Amino acid sequence: MGMTLAEKILARASGRASVAADEIVVAHVDLAMSHENGDLVRKSFIEIGAPKVWDASKIVIIFDHRVPAESEKTATTHKAVREFAAAQGIRNFYDVGRGGICHQVLPENGHVRPGMVLVGTDSHTTTHGAFGAFATGIGATEMAGVWTEGTLWFKVPATLRILVEGEFRPWISAKDLILYTIGRLGAAGADYRAVEFDGAAIRRMTVASRMVLANLAMEMGAKVAFTPVDETLLEWLRRRTSEPLEKIAPDADAHYERVLNIDAGEDVWEPQIACPHAVDNVKPLSALGEVPVHQAVLGSCTNGRLEDLEIAARLLAGRTVHPRTRLVVIPASQHIYREAMRLGYLETLVAAGGMIAPPGCGPCVGVHQGILAAGEACVSSTNRNFIGRMGSKDSKVYLASPAVVAASAIAGRLEHPGSILKESEPCLVEA
Amino acid sequence: MSGGSLKLRGVVRAVLGENIDTDIIYPGRYLNITDRELTAEHLFELAYPQIRPAIRPGEFIVAGKNFGCGSSREQAAAALKFAGIGAVIAGSFARIFYRNSINLGLPAVISPDAVLESAQGDELELDLTAGEIRNLTRGRAIAAAKLDPRAVELITAGGLIPYLKRKMVAA
Repeated sequence: MGMTLAEKILARASGRASVAADEIVVAHVDLAMSHENGDLVRKSFIEIGAPKVWDASKIVIIFDHRVPAESEKTATTHKAVREFAAAQGIRNFYDVGRGGICHQVLPENGHVRPGMVLVGTDSHTTTHGAFGAFATGIGATEMAGVWTEGTLWFKVPATLRILVEGEFRPWISAKDLILYTIGRLGAAGADYRAVEFDGAAIRRMTVASRMVLANLAMEMGAKVAFTPVDETLLEWLRRRTSEPLEKIAPDADAHYERVLNIDAGEDVWEPQIACPHAVDNVKPLSALGEVPVHQAVLGSCTNGRLEDLEIAARLLAGRTVHPRTRLVVIPASQHIYREAMRLGYLETLVAAGGMIAPPGCGPCVGVHQGILAAGEACVSSTNRNFIGRMGSKDSKVYLASPAVVAASAIAGRLEHPGSILKESEPCLVEA
Repeated sequence: MSGGSLKLRGVVRAVLGENIDTDIIYPGRYLNITDRELTAEHLFELAYPQIRPAIRPGEFIVAGKNFGCGSSREQAAAALKFAGIGAVIAGSFARIFYRNSINLGLPAVISPDAVLESAQGDELELDLTAGEIRNLTRGRAIAAAKLDPRAVELITAGGLIPYLKRKMVAA
């Protein structure tokens, strides 16, 4: 019997010839990533009592949730982690202003490669399945165990294969596809499972768009989510690392628990919106009627990349943000910030009345840079719309694609980008 | 104590629905609290503020499927534990929450029927190793999954930290 990608990677990482779904393995970890919650990890690590981390070169720490520090409490946490990293010789440390959102910074700097076992103290660590890594989120205490021993136990997940064929319609993006999929399968639809996305429509996608799929697969419970390791990806990676790259693929006779077929043009024929207060509460835009929005957020580990800023700039060029709406734009990393500046996107977005916030998670975790008041509604390119996620428990968050966010910022209500601009071309920007 | 039984007895503090997410359990705005004991005061703060002040030590939370979906924040499990919750019984658990809970020594018991077969104020007896729940108030048995031996070992040790500590001393 052949193996899925998850089975292949876990077999190798645990020194076995083969493994199958539901077996428990102890795997070697290739990369361990944390952000501000590195402070929780640090505390647990000290409690365990190991003098040194197992391998400082395999640990990466990136501040993104509260940058720059919004309070004295956070500043103190930042300081503690900064000093710990220095004392332990953790060189892959991205301080305020040096990186951006962890899931963007990690691949951008060549840390992620196909076939790796990658754990992160952040649920959206699944994003790195777009680079062929078995990448999943864990808690802080579990990470302290990884820092101590360099290994972690896993139950080998069964795999759900999602094959996407057909052509995307104008203005429809990876975000619409994954929201549609989450709506169809539900918030627990891929619980404990690995997901393999494949098919012609996926293979035509940019790496940035593939990251959207792997990132949001978490919202249907996926443990890991892969997109294909093909030439598009390898070429992207070669520009960022000189390490050898492996074109890892599932076996042709691998066993899948379920195969789901989606036609991009037929099934996802209009923008998809995740309505309050659940990511699987997905409706097509036309089913919603008039929904006024007081804030529009473009950013996050889901959709703060160059192609996202580009499509927003195209829509907002020569137009202005609606008087009742605030537009907050957050480039996902310092690198993307500079590129967007160089290409003029930021100039366009600011001229339209948008406000640029520093690279980081921004208001997505409800801490700062665009908190909502009671009674307010926000359209956002981020990944969660839970009660109180962005502020008041009586505020509402509608998750949508970057194009819908930009169009809605102009209209002051949820809006189809096609009613702002008649033509849409496929996105060709790669970041 | 692998092989022995692990029993808990307590009262149901609240019965909640499906997909109780980590922002409901512990709001993101308090993630910069990194002292586990201090997380307790924000448990369910936005969605169910009445629950926390009413908790007496050892009480249970019962919920539908996919409890703890969302973020990897360990504070969600820590807040439950340090607010005095003795176990969470749910139809299913989101995987990161499940691991966090066990790693902190908070029993997470899978039982799709518990949400139907128990109400706030009912007294339950849990046998974690046998996978049995008895609703003592109603005099009925409720089917539950056995706790994985690895999880039993961690819970018996008091969580992953004491477990690893002991392992280091032994080595």
